[in-house]
Amino acid sequence: MIGACLRALMSHWRRRPLQLLAYLGGLALATALWSGVQAINTEARASYDAAAATLGEGQFDQLVPRQGAAIALDEFLALRRAGWLVSPVIEGALEGLRLVGIDPITSPTGLGTLAGGIAPGEFAGGERPRLFANAESAARLDDLAEVVVSPDIAPGVAIGDVGDVQRLLGRDDLSRLVVLPEQPRLQSPLAEVAPGLRLQPSQQVADVAQLTDSFHLNLTAFGLLSFAVGLFIVHSTIGLAFEQRRGMIRTLRALGVPLRMLIALISAEMLLLALLGAGVGIVLGYGIAGLLLPDVAATLQGLYGARISGTLALRPEWWLSALVLTLLGTAAALTGRLWQIARMPLLASVRPRAWSMASAARGRAQTLLSGALLLAAAGFALWGSGLIAGFALLGCLLIGAALALPLLAGFVLRRAEARTTAPIWAWFWADTRQQLPGLSLALMALLLAVSANIGVSTMVSSFRLTFTSFLDQRLAPELYLQVESAGQAAAVEAFLMARGKETLPLYSARSEVAGQPARLFGVRVGPTYRESWVFLGARSDPWERVEAGEAVIVNEQLARRGDLWVGDEVQISPDLRLPIAAVVGDYGNPQGQVVLSEAMFAALYPGSHPTSFGIRTDDPASVRQQIVTELGLPDSAMTNQAVLKAMSLDVFDRTFTVTAALNVLTLGVAGFAILMSLLTLADQRLPQLAPAWALGLTRRRLGQLELVRALVLAGIVFLCAVPLGLALAWVLLTIVNVEAFGWQLPMYLFPLDYAWLGGYALLAALLAAAWPALRLMRMPPSALLKVFANER
Amino acid sequence: MNARFLNLTQGSVMRGEVQPCRTNPTWKRSATEGSARPGGGRALPGGAARLVPGKKEESRQSGVASKRSVGILCQATNARVLLLLLLLLWPCMAIGQGFSGLGTTAEEGFAVPQPDPVFDFPADHGPHPDYRIEWWYITANLTGPDETPYGLQWTLFRSALAPGEAEGWASPQIWFAHAAITTADRHFATERFARGGIGQAGVEADPFRAWIDEWVLEGPDFDTMRLTANGPDFGFEMQLEAQGPLIFQGDGGFSVKSTEGQASYYYSQPFFAIEGVLHLPEGAVPVRGDAWLDREWSSQPLSERQSGWDWFSLSFDTGEKLMGFQLREGDKAGFTAATCIAPDGTTRAMPDGAFTARALNAHEVAGRRLPTRWQLSLPDCGVDVTVEALNHDAWMGLSIPYWEGPVTVQGSHAGRGYLEMTGYE
Repeated sequence: MIGACLRALMSHWRRRPLQLLAYLGGLALATALWSGVQAINTEARASYDAAAATLGEGQFDQLVPRQGAAIALDEFLALRRAGWLVSPVIEGALEGLRLVGIDPITSPTGLGTLAGGIAPGEFAGGERPRLFANAESAARLDDLAEVVVSPDIAPGVAIGDVGDVQRLLGRDDLSRLVVLPEQPRLQSPLAEVAPGLRLQPSQQVADVAQLTDSFHLNLTAFGLLSFAVGLFIVHSTIGLAFEQRRGMIRTLRALGVPLRMLIALISAEMLLLALLGAGVGIVLGYGIAGLLLPDVAATLQGLYGARISGTLALRPEWWLSALVLTLLGTAAALTGRLWQIARMPLLASVRPRAWSMASAARGRAQTLLSGALLLAAAGFALWGSGLIAGFALLGCLLIGAALALPLLAGFVLRRAEARTTAPIWAWFWADTRQQLPGLSLALMALLLAVSANIGVSTMVSSFRLTFTSFLDQRLAPELYLQVESAGQAAAVEAFLMARGKETLPLYSARSEVAGQPARLFGVRVGPTYRESWVFLGARSDPWERVEAGEAVIVNEQLARRGDLWVGDEVQISPDLRLPIAAVVGDYGNPQGQVVLSEAMFAALYPGSHPTSFGIRTDDPASVRQQIVTELGLPDSAMTNQAVLKAMSLDVFDRTFTVTAALNVLTLGVAGFAILMSLLTLADQRLPQLAPAWALGLTRRRLGQLELVRALVLAGIVFLCAVPLGLALAWVLLTIVNVEAFGWQLPMYLFPLDYAWLGGYALLAALLAAAWPALRLMRMPPSALLKVFANER
Repeated sequence: MNARFLNLTQGSVMRGEVQPCRTNPTWKRSATEGSARPGGGRALPGGAARLVPGKKEESRQSGVASKRSVGILCQATNARVLLLLLLLLWPCMAIGQGFSGLGTTAEEGFAVPQPDPVFDFPADHGPHPDYRIEWWYITANLTGPDETPYGLQWTLFRSALAPGEAEGWASPQIWFAHAAITTADRHFATERFARGGIGQAGVEADPFRAWIDEWVLEGPDFDTMRLTANGPDFGFEMQLEAQGPLIFQGDGGFSVKSTEGQASYYYSQPFFAIEGVLHLPEGAVPVRGDAWLDREWSSQPLSERQSGWDWFSLSFDTGEKLMGFQLREGDKAGFTAATCIAPDGTTRAMPDGAFTARALNAHEVAGRRLPTRWQLSLPDCGVDVTVEALNHDAWMGLSIPYWEGPVTVQGSHAGRGYLEMTGYE
């Protein structure tokens, strides 16, 4: 019996291959982009974790040689015996990889994540040198060393014990020394113990993963969106299939199939198909991720200096989660329909109810739900706090707006119908309105795709504009110079003063302000600061007040996290409390910062010297040369900010490659949704079209009207999507960003971009409608005539 | 004190992961198995568990109980790679055996302590790389100018991944050190790590010099030494002057750790006069007092049944001294040993069971409860005393966590000393 029932159920799909395609396609689409994006995110996070855990780069201060690239073992030992807790690192290139040797016994990070996946005893000692690397790197090292493959090692890097790496590189020295965060009470000055080394402070930018979060957030948003659109398709296909199978189900039950078994069989059938569709989706997702990964990797490396693996690992985190999510979505859509079947009286008439004819009750429920969701969104916007509330707001806003779309579109169409007098157009508007319920899911999908595109591209572009001007104001000095002793600082200052240009010494210290870790900066207030810094909020003459030691400037992160703003006082040290003269935007740095005057800083930290200098010059190259030759400072202590700035921006632009690709993909998904809806509607609509044809409209004219209808509907959707997209951008910029990263970005509008997007949306709708319209134009007259012959 | 060793291996389970483990294939019978030998010594990780047919069941049961305890300890411990390495080197200790199941013995090529040792000084003050573990261990009871009591600890551990020594980074030896100062209401502790072979840490016998980083214990000979250590917020510089002879624990320096015969080489210098300066956050404090130095080395872990130990070194006002320890088996008192030391350095080693230690309280520290007041009794030496911690929170929250701090003694004898406790969870 089970076999017979299954065959009967399956016959439905055999007779309607298009519906099967829609079902599987919807599932595949839902899964594909979502799993693809998740695959990229997972890969990137794994790379960040690996880099942070195994190398600890940027987290710790380091001692590096003033000249050359080698530190003798004796220098390391002398430092340890002088109370310096440092850990040796040797680095070299081998087979195009970065080979890093560490001493796991003294390293502040130890083996890091290695220990999680690798038996650590494997680390040390052995006849052959032993290295740890990911599969990609391991393949290149096989002949040279015993390689333990670990996906947790950062890409392009192989790690080993310092002794093993020395053997492989044929060296007996070290490259740098990592300074442990906790140092003993007494230690001899560096200049006495190891005059050949200089202290390189840990990078201010703390955590790559934190910085790149906003980027991954974008990807996730796109993935989630396409998942939602795909599920819309699945939902509507399931609805249609069940509607059409009512008769079959009644017959099966009348023949004696128990209800329970029928429900079980239908669930199994639909979920098996869902598994198939999701499987295809995961394969597609893997493909998409593979295609996008190189761009993403380039973006991340350039923008944040974050290296991510170029090969994609098939990690269960992403494919399993995508699979489960899809199956859950399908199950949710299925439950409602099964509930209906369970309650359907056995002998209820199989009234052929057009799937498109949604009941009035359903419309009312939808209106109520939409209103409730939008109200909830407003509530979250007004009173919510925290990242979760931010995402809840996004969800309520998008779904609420999508549900409201059919109402709005219906209203617009009724108005258009009322204004027209020509009979054809009156019929056109009425017919369009009649189709609305059947198309509404597809239109909602289009609405979500277009508005998400508007929202996300507004956010990214606004970020870019802000970032550019931020780079300009913050990196105004053409050259930065790092110094490490008071003597050097004095020499540099004298040298720069002699040149008569503005000298910008920068003092810095770590501290805790307003209950959060922060950096204190002492600056010499001058024209560069006055002219280039733009404040988010300021009292009059902020720099004068800072110079006079009456106030401080804080960055936005510190102000927002500490719930402070201009005019509030902050406790700088136990006996110093100053008002905030201005709040400055600070993007790309998660830490709080406080800017003080040079004199104020010296009072707080007596005996401190500047750690770096900003140099204003028209000719950075020659100044750089002079500093090396006249002051004897190493070239490595200087950074040319013009180069850095250009590179940052170049890379930022590459981010748009990814954004653009995702735009196309999400629009494609929405177009597919429209196509499927139109195709399924086409057959049902014959009874409506046949009379119009009989009254003298040619098939060609009818087909053209179909195309116009698609354009009109897409146009309406686009008009609704613009405000929704802007609202989305506003939420992302002012709520989600603040919660996630501590800064608020100003919102800029890009009307031309939106116009282009509108064009794409219309094009997608037109393409989707083309095939159904063509089929209509070529439909044999006999098919239309049949409507009159055997109408139900 | 040497008990640390066990702790150490426990600590080595990083991130709570239990390493895959092979069961010990060969169980060897110990020569002294089953007999309560006189003597004994500090709780050195004794030999591997020897399975004796009649005891099989008992061993198994304790194995189960201690497996759980290891798991808990693992999670609580922020262990270092070093410890991981150690763990790996001693397969099985995480799973197959309990807290003290330190696994295998001589089959890995390590030398094993033999009875009736003949020591060769000064050479034996130096390292013995063929043995798995070794330490130079100093504890001191000190007094400030205003009679404020202080405690001090300085320990250098050597731990071998493989027997023997090699040049440079290839050396299988790993060194680490602990230092601590205890006052009545505060406890400072810090640690250091180093690889052997490169000169960052080591011990030379003549002239004597033990060092790791800038910490040193050194002098022209073993009787006159300088001792320093520094942490982030404390440090000390001390001078040690021996007032009596070296004494040998257990049977002439062969200290048995269990009825199954696990043992170590163990001698002490309990007669150091010590003076110097403690550096505390509020400033320097001149102090003087007496110190106790332990030297111990072995390759044998403790018996599988032993879950931890309590070790006491006491200096009585009469000039007599007492070293006693018990190796607990689960919640029960297990193997005990003690040495009574007369003021002139003559010793009487006590057999298993002669010395008893009874917990009088259960103090909560670092999320576990352990006794910081004890009733100690050793009738053969006329000792029946109450021992109480100067600072009940003297928890060494290092990579290898344990309790160690100064104590005061009252009862049949008055005095002061040091207490070490491990294996409490």
